[in-house]
Amino acid sequence: MKLDQLYQEIILDHYKRPHGRGLREPFDAEAHHVNPTCGDEVTLRVSIKGDTVADVSYEGMGCSISQASASILHELLKGGTVEESLRRHEAFAELMGGRGQVEPDEAVLEDAVAFAGVARYPARVKCALLPWMAYKDALARAVPEEEKA
Amino acid sequence: MNALDVDAVRKDFPILDREVNGNPLVYLDSGNTSQKPRQVIDAVREHYELHNANVARSVHTLGTEATEAFEGAREKVAAFVGAGTAAEIVFTKNSTEAINLVAHAFTAGAQDPRLRLGPGDEIVITEMEHHSNIVPWQLLAQRTGATLRWFGLTDEGRLDLSRLEDLINERTKLVSVVHYSNLLGTINPVDVLVARARQVGALVLLDGSQSVPHIPVDVTALGADFVAFTGHKMLGPTGIGALWGRFELLDAMPPFLGGGSMIETVAMTGSTFMPPPARFEAGTPPIAEAVGLGAAVDYLSAVGMDAIQAHEKQLTAYALDALAATPDVRVIGPTDTADRGATISFTVDGIHPHDVGQILDDEGVQVRVGHHCARPTCVRFGVPATTRASFYLYTTISEIDALVRGLERVRKVFA
Repeated sequence: MKLDQLYQEIILDHYKRPHGRGLREPFDAEAHHVNPTCGDEVTLRVSIKGDTVADVSYEGMGCSISQASASILHELLKGGTVEESLRRHEAFAELMGGRGQVEPDEAVLEDAVAFAGVARYPARVKCALLPWMAYKDALARAVPEEEKA
Repeated sequence: MNALDVDAVRKDFPILDREVNGNPLVYLDSGNTSQKPRQVIDAVREHYELHNANVARSVHTLGTEATEAFEGAREKVAAFVGAGTAAEIVFTKNSTEAINLVAHAFTAGAQDPRLRLGPGDEIVITEMEHHSNIVPWQLLAQRTGATLRWFGLTDEGRLDLSRLEDLINERTKLVSVVHYSNLLGTINPVDVLVARARQVGALVLLDGSQSVPHIPVDVTALGADFVAFTGHKMLGPTGIGALWGRFELLDAMPPFLGGGSMIETVAMTGSTFMPPPARFEAGTPPIAEAVGLGAAVDYLSAVGMDAIQAHEKQLTAYALDALAATPDVRVIGPTDTADRGATISFTVDGIHPHDVGQILDDEGVQVRVGHHCARPTCVRFGVPATTRASFYLYTTISEIDALVRGLERVRKVFA
C-alpha cells in the first residue's frame, strides 16, 4: 500500500524515539528554519572540529517526516567529515527532488533511504528537507568559504 | 423555508463523483475553497463560447453583451448581500485585495477626516484574524505611525469583550474584524462591535470571507461600513471577490490601483477619476469570473441561505458530538453550535496535523492542515497547527462518519 511507503517503520521509529535531540554546547553555528506553509520549525546547531562534524544537535516541532528526518540527519552526519556530510546532503536532496524516480544509494544514505517514499508526495518533500536545509545553512556559517574548498 | 435536499444538491457538483486514492472523495475543505456546481461551470463556459468581449468600452454587440453580463453579476451580488445599490459592490480579485483597498484609503493627508490616519490614531483587530486581516493593517501602521491593537480570545475561542471600551476608544479610526473565523468557526457579535465603534466615530470593516458563503448576510442590517468577501468560497470561480462599502464612504475614498476604466479624463498633467465602483476597478476585470459568481449566487439563492445554514448547523452538531467521542481529539474553538459555523479545527494528541491529513487523504478525506493563515490564533491556543474540517451545502453526515473512521486509522498508524 502507498501509505506504508511514506510511513516506513524506520521513519516512525525515529519520530517516536528521536536520536540526538536537544540543543547542545559547544557549537560553531546555529540555523533556524521554518516551513511557512505548515509552521514546522527546526533549530539546528553544528560543532566542527578540524574537518570533522563533531556534533549536530537540534530542537524542533513538526510532523513525523520533518522530525524523523532531523533524527536520521544526526545519525548520519555526526562524527563524519564535513566533505562526507555534504556528499550525503547532496544525495538526500537528489532523492527528495526525484519524484520517486531516483534509486537511493544505501551506502551513502543508510537509514535515510527510508525517505524514498516521501519523494512521491510533493507536499511532504519540504518536510523531509527542512532539517537538511538548516544543516547546510548552519555549516555555511560555521565554515568559512576558503576552508571548504 | 424548504429543507435542503443534499442528494439533489450533490448531483449538481460533478467533482463529487470522483475517487481519491481508491476511495470516494470526501471533500471537507470548503472553508479553503468550495466546489463548483455545473451551473457555475456552464455559465463561465457559455460566456466564453458565446459572449466573450471586453467590457465598458465597446459599441459592438459582443461588448454590449459582455458588459451587461458583468454588470448583471454585480447586481446579483449586491442583491445577495443586501446592498443598497449595485454601485456599492466593488469587484476585486479576492477578500485580500478588498481589505488592502480599504487599507490604502487611509493616509496622513486624507481630505476626509475619517480616513486620516497618523501617530496617536488606532486600528483595532482581533487575535482570530486571517493573515489577510492582520498584515495590511501592520503595513498601514508602519506607513502612518498609527497604532495597531487587538482583542484577545477566551479559552472557548470567543472574543474577549471585557476590554471593549478600552480597545475601541476615541482614538480608534477603524475596527476590522472577521465575521466568521476560518480557524475557530466562531461567529462574532457584530452588533456589539458596531455599536461601540459608532459611539467613538470609528469605521468598521468585516471580513466576510467565511460568513457570506455560509449564512444569510445583510450588509445593511449588520451596520458595518465595509464587508470583504471572495467568490471561490461561495461556489464561484477563483480570481473574483468583492468589497461592499457604503456608497457615500466609497465616494470619499481615493483610487487604489491606477489604470484604464477608472478614469474620467487623462491628460499628461493629471487625471480625474470615475465614481465608485469603477474608481477601484482599474484594468480589464475578471469578466467570466464575475459571470460565474453571478451564477453562484443564483444557485445559493435558489437553495436558500436559511436552508444552507440549517443544514450546516445539523452537520456541525453531529460532528462536534462525534469528535467529542473520539479519543485524543481536542476541538479548538466553540464546542457548542451557538454562534458558530461549520468549520471545526481540532488536534489529535501526539500526532502532527500533517500526518493526520496525510492518512485521511489516503482514505479520500480532504481536510486542511496547518495554521490556516491564522498563526496568531494557533499561538493563542498553544498549538503549532490544527486539522480543520469545514462543511458546506453538499456535505453529508456519512462524510463526517468517514472523517471519524479516518481518525481511528490515524491513531492506529501512530500507536
